[in-house]
Amino acid sequence: MLLIPCPWCGPRPQTDFTYGGDGTVVRPAEDAPQAAWADFVFVRDNPMGPHRELWHHSAGCRRWLVVERDTVTHDITGSFKPGEVPS
Amino acid sequence: MTTQSFRNAEGGLIDRATPLDFTFDGKAFQGFAGDTLASALVANGVRLVGRSFKYHRPRGLIGAGVEDPCGLVRLGAGDRAEPNTRATLTELFAGLTADSQNRWPSLKWDASALTGLAGRLFPAGFYYKTFISPQVLWPTYEKIIRAMAGMGTCPEGPDPDVYDDRFAHADLLVVGAGPAGLAAALAAGRLGQRVILAEQDMRLGGDLLAANRSIDGRPALDWVADTVAELEALPDVTLLPRTTVFGYHDHNLLAAVERVTDHLPHAPAGLPRQRHWKIRAGRVVLATGAIERPLVFADNDRPGVMLASAARAYVNRWAARPGTRAVVVTNNDDGYRSALDLQAGGIEIAALLDTRPEGGGALAQMARDAGLSPRHGMAVARALGGHAVTGAEITALSGGGATETVDCDLIAVSGGWAPTLHLHSQARGKATYDESLTAFVPTDPKQAHESVGAAAGDLTLAGALAAGSRAGGDDTLAPPADDHPAAPIQALWQVPKPPSGKGKRFVDIQDDVTAEDVALAHREGYESVEHLKRYTTLGMGTDQGKTSNVNGLAIMAGLRGQTIPAVGTTTFRPPFTPVTMGTFAGREAGHHFAPIRRTPLHARHDALGAVFQTAGLWLRARYYPLEGETMAEAVAREASHVRRIGGMVDVSTLGKIDIQGPDAADLLNRFYVNGFKALPVGKCRYGLMLREDGIVLDDGTTTRIGDTHYYMTTTTANAVTVMRNLELYLQVHWPDLDVSVASVSDQWAGVALAGPRARDLLARVADIDVSNDAFPFLAYREGAVAGIPARLFRISYSGELAYEIHVPSDFAPALWDALLEHGADLDIRPYGTEAMSTLRIEKGHMVIGTEIDGRTTADDLGMGRMVSTKKPFIGHVLKDRPGLTEGGRKQLVGLVPVDKRTPIPETCQIVKPGVVTGRDPVPIEGHVTAGTFSPSVGHPIALALVKDGRARLGETLHAVSPTTRVRVPVTVTSPVFVDPEGERLHA
Repeated sequence: MLLIPCPWCGPRPQTDFTYGGDGTVVRPAEDAPQAAWADFVFVRDNPMGPHRELWHHSAGCRRWLVVERDTVTHDITGSFKPGEVPS
Repeated sequence: MTTQSFRNAEGGLIDRATPLDFTFDGKAFQGFAGDTLASALVANGVRLVGRSFKYHRPRGLIGAGVEDPCGLVRLGAGDRAEPNTRATLTELFAGLTADSQNRWPSLKWDASALTGLAGRLFPAGFYYKTFISPQVLWPTYEKIIRAMAGMGTCPEGPDPDVYDDRFAHADLLVVGAGPAGLAAALAAGRLGQRVILAEQDMRLGGDLLAANRSIDGRPALDWVADTVAELEALPDVTLLPRTTVFGYHDHNLLAAVERVTDHLPHAPAGLPRQRHWKIRAGRVVLATGAIERPLVFADNDRPGVMLASAARAYVNRWAARPGTRAVVVTNNDDGYRSALDLQAGGIEIAALLDTRPEGGGALAQMARDAGLSPRHGMAVARALGGHAVTGAEITALSGGGATETVDCDLIAVSGGWAPTLHLHSQARGKATYDESLTAFVPTDPKQAHESVGAAAGDLTLAGALAAGSRAGGDDTLAPPADDHPAAPIQALWQVPKPPSGKGKRFVDIQDDVTAEDVALAHREGYESVEHLKRYTTLGMGTDQGKTSNVNGLAIMAGLRGQTIPAVGTTTFRPPFTPVTMGTFAGREAGHHFAPIRRTPLHARHDALGAVFQTAGLWLRARYYPLEGETMAEAVAREASHVRRIGGMVDVSTLGKIDIQGPDAADLLNRFYVNGFKALPVGKCRYGLMLREDGIVLDDGTTTRIGDTHYYMTTTTANAVTVMRNLELYLQVHWPDLDVSVASVSDQWAGVALAGPRARDLLARVADIDVSNDAFPFLAYREGAVAGIPARLFRISYSGELAYEIHVPSDFAPALWDALLEHGADLDIRPYGTEAMSTLRIEKGHMVIGTEIDGRTTADDLGMGRMVSTKKPFIGHVLKDRPGLTEGGRKQLVGLVPVDKRTPIPETCQIVKPGVVTGRDPVPIEGHVTAGTFSPSVGHPIALALVKDGRARLGETLHAVSPTTRVRVPVTVTSPVFVDPEGERLHA
């Protein structure tokens, strides 16, 4: 069970959270072509190593956060408030 | 009562003043407090403790602790029986009952072993080649195999015991309370750290409990006692004996099982049987020790062949002699220590064999000084005897093949020590082969842990104490100890077969895997260790190869002509030792498996005799049967009553979300397919939500209760999902929107009042004008109902003149009572979810899971016209993707049985008339989503999703269910069976 650092609450056990999927995909503009939307909804990278993903502190502060997690080692190297994710 | 004829009169960590009676296979025995079941059996001269997994060979104790592969017994009886329990880890208590396993009719005379049947049935890979064909016979084969193989039998009833969960945090978790673990805990504890020390044994001390060692010039047990006393006095140190750390998970979370009352004849009230610890540790010290390896020679499984370290443990710790006359065989210096201890314990050493051609360190010299005569370059080729060892055929390893026979009843074997690196490996640490140790040692830890002492490959006592102290944070503590310089170990993986060729040379004694099986796997191409394991079952079973893994892969490496590190090891996975299922279940069993949500009106429904149904975690009132009524009768009565007179139903389970802020209307407009910007204050609107992929997610009504204040309802099923989505979009995708959302599902309760007399009742209890003009369809009003502040909505799910009355949850029972009281003479009665379902089917309204099933679009459901073309909303682009807009999609329609009599079950598929259902793929036209008897139209009806259904009204199709042999000719109709014009709704 992961120990996830919530940017608002501090480290909390994984059971406090709900996984929210790939945190690197960006919702397209409303007038973007259908293909861009299909990419957003259906196409995901499956990286081996560091990855950014969305988590929801659903049994805590109800905030969404972006967690940087290594998909091989499960090491968490950072967690960010949405909008404050370094590029 | 058998006397303890193999018990020494003195010594050992047992309390001779506290005798304990127990039974094994129904026979009465006596042991002492401090015994394990295994040591008590040894003290009583019991050699034969079980039958082997496949061959049903007689088996005895091989180890004295966690490593023992064969001493598996069924403890207790009835619903408290526990199979496959290690006798070596079972603390003796008065009244303990244990039975051997895997034997019939008795342990001594086993039918399968006598016929030799098992031996012919189970070569390596037998599953894969013996029973391939004919396939029809597999069930028969399986029955025979399951009866013969397998380990023990299940308890007879549900587990009556209580198990607990416990979460803990520590700066340092120390696993293992041997010298290294105690030193680590002491060092860290003195520094004021929060320390948890977990030890699987009943007593702290580890190998020191079973050894004649000294620390700092004093008996090692004195050091143990002093250390434990000091640890007990430290406020932030938690000592957990009888606790096995069995899992090492991510981010330094470790799982342990504490056997709280297993060792007590009667568990005190209020204590669980076992406790499942989940420990999040800053650092972990793995002081898990090492396990001695057996040697591979013919018939090395005979009862009386024992690890040398186990034999000396029985003698030293429990004053129990596992034999009277021993052959000791070793490939390393530690075997000499065992020989010395056995001799000191009163066992005659008939022969001391050192497989090394010459040498031996200081311990060898001590053995010679004690009158023992080690014979070099010699090994046991074969153990003699059946139910017990009667002798050893010994041979020179240099060749020639000549053997001599030595009479003995104990063969103590030492094949060297292998660090217990299971937890290190579970934590993704690497294992590196160490030539000087002929074993794998832990390297390259991936988490915050460190292996110390024997677990790290340092077999010296001083080294263990020093490494433990250092790992605990203070390397000045380590006391000196009585180590002796050792000569190198010899890598000896198997002793050649005796000249007679007789006997099986077991590598994995629990799983009955022999050196010949490993060779067979190699010949047949199963060379990788992972294939070897699965093909031969080497390293499987309840011991997971604790004594066999290295021998097995070393033999494979030899066959492949490769080094051991090139062959590699299999992966260790949790649990380290078997954990009973109840421990994982904890308190979340039976009734407590999942939480139960009850509406604020639950007690009212109960008092009215409601039958409840589960809906997710909710318990909802399904129907209120009158005496002698069936469910179908009750539902038809309730539904009909609503249409004719009026009824009330608890809708408190709906998701309710409070939405406030200047951009609230914009948010709703982006969530729903239909427009919400023009919704005036005091009005409700039905809305439909899609997912981004264009599929319908949810529906519900949202009401504008203030200028920037909205009240959203969702379906019961999607309350959590919709709330989470609102938060996601507001926090991640549209942070510029100035809106706050809060779930108020639990704060508000709701009652729907429906039917022709609904207004009459509401007029009596509400303090607002409820006339059709003042409170029209889709209007919202605030007021008091029976004096209770309420939100009133003129909305309808039943299709009748209806209101939803929402009140703060605490007031719900008062509201319910008032409606019942004032509605009594109007004959307004409660109805349940089943009647609600009938009413909605009659109206063609949709439900999550059946019509909104994660595959349907708004157009499929006949809601295409609701979808705005003038604004973007979630799913607005992908709703138009080709797969969702092409013809041939299933559309929502109604079905009526052609005979107007036969019910249409919900399990049915829909086919064209004449289509035969059988083995071949059947062209399917659609499926039934909901069926009911409609009291309003007087016959069964159904909703269905049918290909191009809206274009097929009037067509006759067949609803079929091959599994229940149903075939109902049906006519396709509109999904709205009652009041298609909505006149009742607007009345």
